[in-house]
This record gives sequence, structure tokens and C-alpha cells, in this order.
Amino acid sequence: MNNSTHPVLRSGLLLGLIALLGTALLAGVNELTHERIAEQEKRRILQQLNAILPVASYNNNLLEDVIEITDEASFHHPAPVTVYRARKDDQPVAVLMAVTAPDGYNGAIRLLAGFDHSGSVLGVRVVAHRETPGLGDPIEVEKSDWILSFMNKSLLDPQAEGWAVKRDGGQFDQFTGATISPRAVVKAVHNALVYFDANRQSLFDTSATNPERDNG
Amino acid sequence: MAEQLKNILLDGAWRQNTGLVVLLGLCPLLAVTNTLINGLALGLATMLTLMVSNLSVSALRGLLRPEIRIPAFVLIIASVVTVIELLMHAYFYDLFRALGIFIPLIVTNCAIIGRAEAFASRHGPLPSLMDGFATGLGFCITLVLLGALRELTGQGTLLAGAEMLLGDWGNYLTLTIIPEHPGFLLAMLPPGAFFGLALLIAARNALQADKAGKPAQAVSNLSAENLVGNSHET
Ligand SMILES: Cc1cc2nc3c(=O)[nH]c(=O)nc-3n(C[C@H](O)[C@H](O)[C@H](O)COP(=O)(O)O)c2cc1C
Repeated sequence: MNNSTHPVLRSGLLLGLIALLGTALLAGVNELTHERIAEQEKRRILQQLNAILPVASYNNNLLEDVIEITDEASFHHPAPVTVYRARKDDQPVAVLMAVTAPDGYNGAIRLLAGFDHSGSVLGVRVVAHRETPGLGDPIEVEKSDWILSFMNKSLLDPQAEGWAVKRDGGQFDQFTGATISPRAVVKAVHNALVYFDANRQSLFDTSATNPERDNG
Repeated sequence: MAEQLKNILLDGAWRQNTGLVVLLGLCPLLAVTNTLINGLALGLATMLTLMVSNLSVSALRGLLRPEIRIPAFVLIIASVVTVIELLMHAYFYDLFRALGIFIPLIVTNCAIIGRAEAFASRHGPLPSLMDGFATGLGFCITLVLLGALRELTGQGTLLAGAEMLLGDWGNYLTLTIIPEHPGFLLAMLPPGAFFGLALLIAARNALQADKAGKPAQAVSNLSAENLVGNSHET
């Protein structure tokens, strides 16, 4: 090819070559890493689930015994709620629900809430949030014990009025100068618990199992 | 040669420090520096990107005609950053999550394309590699200092989250400098980053003025010139 007559062609080809090399590099690295990345994602979800539900208490494959529910009226949020179902020897043990509290101070707070089959709370953890450091972030278990106060609560203990922060006449503490974040969490956990209580049977229904779901 | 390399190192890390003098790449600089470890991690990732992109650009410099230079730089930098992102996702998962969107956004750090254009496309591979290292080092040091400053004033610790970079034993590295620190919200929020950066720039100017025996004013004029002279492309 002649340099001076086809400078545009030459430049175009060179640019194409660079793009090709870049793509090849990325494809290669992706091939090398994608398994490990999928594993890391799985490990993280399992870690979060097991922080609430002890490994010894179930023996099914938690990550594959999953359903998704979309019910905006119950959860006050349009996104589908992922429900992990724990069983021991095919007997229902507990569910872990990945719910979203839409009304945090800085947007949505993503939570994981575990309820045992009898309807009491096994535990709640914050998975992702953007609340203000120092004000709203004591909802994280790393920052304070507040989120542990949900343990062993149920729809009867406390009654519906009690499922609110103290400022609203409920049972749960708020933080100094920050009521919005804890209020959002309490509401979302309560909504999830109410849904669980009303749909306990169908939530454990195996016919709805959807093992192909990608947990990424 | 050795003299030239030393000069490049000093330029990148101190005289033309990206964060403190040239003031490029401020978005990640301000956004991730709420802790020392976050700053260090993004600093290292940026340094690696700069070195690889400078090296590739320098190797290709004879072939790149002016009209495709910029698109070629963009392709190279984007590929490098994506590779780093994939590797971090696979091997430093917690850190990857902590830095979030700022890893892919290294692409938009105009310091990188700035160095490719202003330096690597005009110099051989070795000086270009050195320039990438030096510029990255300067950026990294700025991020670490700002991160340390904000972490210390904001929550009274240093090296919190070291386990994300180093594995479990990093937990023992976290230093609680001020026990029972009530938390200083301003330092943790974005305005704290601006104040912190301003303090660092002022400190650097004062140091520089001390050395030159001139008032600080003169130094800041000099940096303004550098800024104009150096970043016209980006
Ligand atoms: C910059 C800033 C950030 C805030 N972040 C939060 C937050 O993340 N969570 C929260 O509940 N309240 C936050 N607040 C406080 C709320 O605006 C509100 O005043 C408080 O939640 C109400 O609590 P009180 O009714 O107990 O006064 C923030 C306030 C300011 C000024």
C-alpha cells in the first residue's frame, strides 16, 4: 500500500488493528477471569446469607432455591424481590428476602432479611446504601449493633404499631439526628415480614423453583 | 539518560504533580479519598494505567498519524482500564466494590490522555514508562495524603479497610489514632475533599516558596502557567 496516496486508508486500517488488538486482549482477560468473578459474586452472596442463617441449619443449595416476586403494593418498590429458600431434608427452614427500602435519606437502601418458618426474624443486614457517613450509616452492622435489634421480632412481638422508630411511637431506636434511615429500614423489614406471613405456603412451594436463575 | 529519567521522575511526582499543580483528574481525586486505603488503591490502579498506556503509545508513536492519534489513545486507555477492572473484580473483590464506578472512570481521567499526548507520543519507551510511573506516583501520593487527612479528621483512624487490599491480616493494620472519635461529618463528605485538597495545595506552595525563598504568590502564578501550558489538549 502506498503511504502518500492512501493515508486515510492506512490510518483507518491501523485504527482497526488497534481496536482488534484491544478486543483480543479483553477477550483473553475475560476468559481468564470470568469464572473467578462469578465465584467471587457467589461467595459474597453466600457470605451475606450465612451471616443471617447459620450454615448448619439448612442443607439445600440456597443459591439455586430461589424465586423472584414482583409486588409493588406489598413492598412499596417496583423491583423484584429475590427470595432464597432454606430447607433441611426438604422441610422448610427459613427464607431470606432481598428487599429494597425505597425511602432512605439518599435513595434506596438494599437489605437482606431472614425469617424463620415460624415467622420470627432471624436477622437483617444492609447490603448496599448511600446514607450519610456518621449519620445514617449506623444501619450497617459494622458501624453499630442497631440492625441486630430486629432479631427474634415477629408480627406479634411487637404488634403493628410497634414496628416503627421510637419517635413514631414504635419500638426501634433512631439515631441521634438521623431518623430517616432507620425509619426506612424498619418499614421495609415490616413489609417483608407481612408478606412472608401472608404467603408462607406459596413461598416455599417447590413447583415455582427456578434453578436456572443467574445469581450474578 | 539517568539525568533525564531523574528529571522526569521529579517532574511527574512533584513539580508537575497532577493533583496539586496541574489539577487534572480531580473527580476521582475528590470522590474516593474518604479513606487512605481507597486513595491508595485508586492511585495504584491509575499509576498502572498510566504506565501501560504510556508504554503502548510510545511504542506505536511512529505509526500514529495526527488525525487518528486521539482515537487510538482512547482505544488503548479504555482497553487497559478494562483489563485492570476485570483483574480487580476477580482478585480484589472487596476493593473493587469499595471503589465501584471509579475504576472504569479512570478512563476519563484526562491526566492519562494528557500524558499520552504531551509526552509518550514524543518520547521513547523507557522515558515514557518513567513518565507514566512518575505521574502516577505523584497522583497516588496526593490521593494517599488526602485520604489520610480526611480519614483522620473524619473518623480518627488510619488504614481502615486495609484488609480489602491485603487480605485478612490487613485488619491488624488499622490504627485508631483518636479513640472515641465522634466523627467529623464535613471531612467525610465531598466538601471535605475540597478543603483537604486546598490545604494540600497550600502546603505544597508554602514548601516550594520556602525552597525558592520567594513569596508563595509567585509559586501559584507559576502553577497557573504550568496548567495552561500542559493541559491544552485535554
Ligand atoms: C448533610 C446531611 C445529611 C444527612 N444524612 C442523613 C442520613 O443519612 N440519614 C438520616 O436519617 N438523616 C440524615 N440527615 C438528617 C435528616 O435531614 C433529618 O434531619 C433527620 O433524619 C431527622 O431526624 P430527627 O427527626 O430525629 O431530627 C442528614 C442531614 C444533613 C444536613
